[in-house]
Amino acid sequence: MRLTCPLCGARDHREFSYKGAAVQRPGEGADLEAWHAYVNLRENPAGPLQELWFHQMGCGAWLKITRDTVTHEISNVVLASEAGLGGAA
Amino acid sequence: MRFSGWRVLKEGVTGNTGWRPQWRNPAPKAEYDVVIIGGGGHGLATAYYLAREHGITNVAVLEKGYLGGGNVGRNTTIVRANYYLPGNSEFYSHSLKLWEGLEQELNYNAMMSQRGIINLFHNDAQRDAAVRRGNAIINQGDDAELLGRDALRRLAPYLNFDNNRFPIMGGLMQRRAGTARHDAVAWGYARAADMRGVDLIQNCEVTGIDVAGGKVMGVQTTRGPIRAKKVALAAAGRSGQVAALAGLTLPIESHVLQAFVSEGLKPIVDHVITFAEGHLYISQSDKGGLVFGSYLDFYASYAARGNLPMAEHTMEACVAMMPALGKARLLRSWGGIMDMTPDGSPIIDHAPIDGLYLNCGWCYGGFKATPGSGSVYAHLIATDRPHGAATRFRLDRFRSGRGLMDEEGTGAQHNLH
Repeated sequence: MRLTCPLCGARDHREFSYKGAAVQRPGEGADLEAWHAYVNLRENPAGPLQELWFHQMGCGAWLKITRDTVTHEISNVVLASEAGLGGAA
Repeated sequence: MRFSGWRVLKEGVTGNTGWRPQWRNPAPKAEYDVVIIGGGGHGLATAYYLAREHGITNVAVLEKGYLGGGNVGRNTTIVRANYYLPGNSEFYSHSLKLWEGLEQELNYNAMMSQRGIINLFHNDAQRDAAVRRGNAIINQGDDAELLGRDALRRLAPYLNFDNNRFPIMGGLMQRRAGTARHDAVAWGYARAADMRGVDLIQNCEVTGIDVAGGKVMGVQTTRGPIRAKKVALAAAGRSGQVAALAGLTLPIESHVLQAFVSEGLKPIVDHVITFAEGHLYISQSDKGGLVFGSYLDFYASYAARGNLPMAEHTMEACVAMMPALGKARLLRSWGGIMDMTPDGSPIIDHAPIDGLYLNCGWCYGGFKATPGSGSVYAHLIATDRPHGAATRFRLDRFRSGRGLMDEEGTGAQHNLH
């Protein structure tokens, strides 16, 4: 599997470490259920999944990647910093 | 039909004309007391113990493919009870005891081989951890034995004791651990459940779970609707999708774990050996093939096949531990779909819907759990109370943070197990 980093180009997936599903982080003051969902619960789809990868052995960017969990096909890669996943302050 | 040596002889001299199918192939009835979703090891074992221990025989096991075609046929066949943490410790102890009587109980040759497992250690810290875990295992009532270099060398002279990075200092051995023939375990439970009246229904995919007023009413399947008083999930890597049919989201991410088999070799590895530094486990099948595996690929996947980097890592670990294996050729490899929980331990609990039960999150350890899981899950379904050996496999431990069982001590979050 090769991932195309927007900053570095196509790279072997060994350069990356995997965070998991790209879940929207709850805002400050969110209740316990919201944090439980963020930390633990996963849709776990067999099909396209939006997930976070860290280009650890490359530029150090966090990427939001849309990857099919059945075929491993990657349909979209964007910088996580531009994906708006952070919670409201 | 009872199997015995006498029976084999008799069939041998009468042209093998007396063998019969080992289970029926019934059409689904309109209603059952219990419907189990998933005809793998855990589902079949659950059906068997429901019938045998609790007298509940109006049970159907629904399998979307064929019996035993999932992870029970895709693992590295290791059986052991060498866990450290309370919760896991008593459960796997219970399971190993059931393994020890399984073949006689089922009248089925599961090729249970208590050849012993040896967890190698390579530095002082790992040795200390092995001593501590060994004491925990002994306190649980199971066996553990610390082997020094010399004792280990007598058992496994082929290991690379003087590897520069990972010298082998010794190992923690559990002699009652070993391997079993995975398919035969599924078939044995299937036959024994069928003989007690359980309907094993293959090619029957569950497409919906009917819930009304917070209570489960039955399931929709590719072979028509089936009403049920209780519905029990045992869908392993597909647990997330099956639970979604009832509107539930589970703390589970499905990952791929690869396994490998070498060409058939003369007997060399007499035990199950695990190499701590490379997270490798290896044993030798009765056909001579070395059966081994290591880490997950570490990304979510339903592909049932892995990528080459983890294959490469596994081969490197093999050769680092046993240099002689550099000459062996690989015969085949495959991937299984692992239902990973954040803490690496399973869930056997009520779902938040009346009459719906969860058995999932087996991570990479489901095979050795098969008898134990069936036994405690049947107890939960029949009595609505957890079995004494499985009181800590609660679903709500992730929400509350109480009672997490992170056996590896890496942290209870999804990308670490």
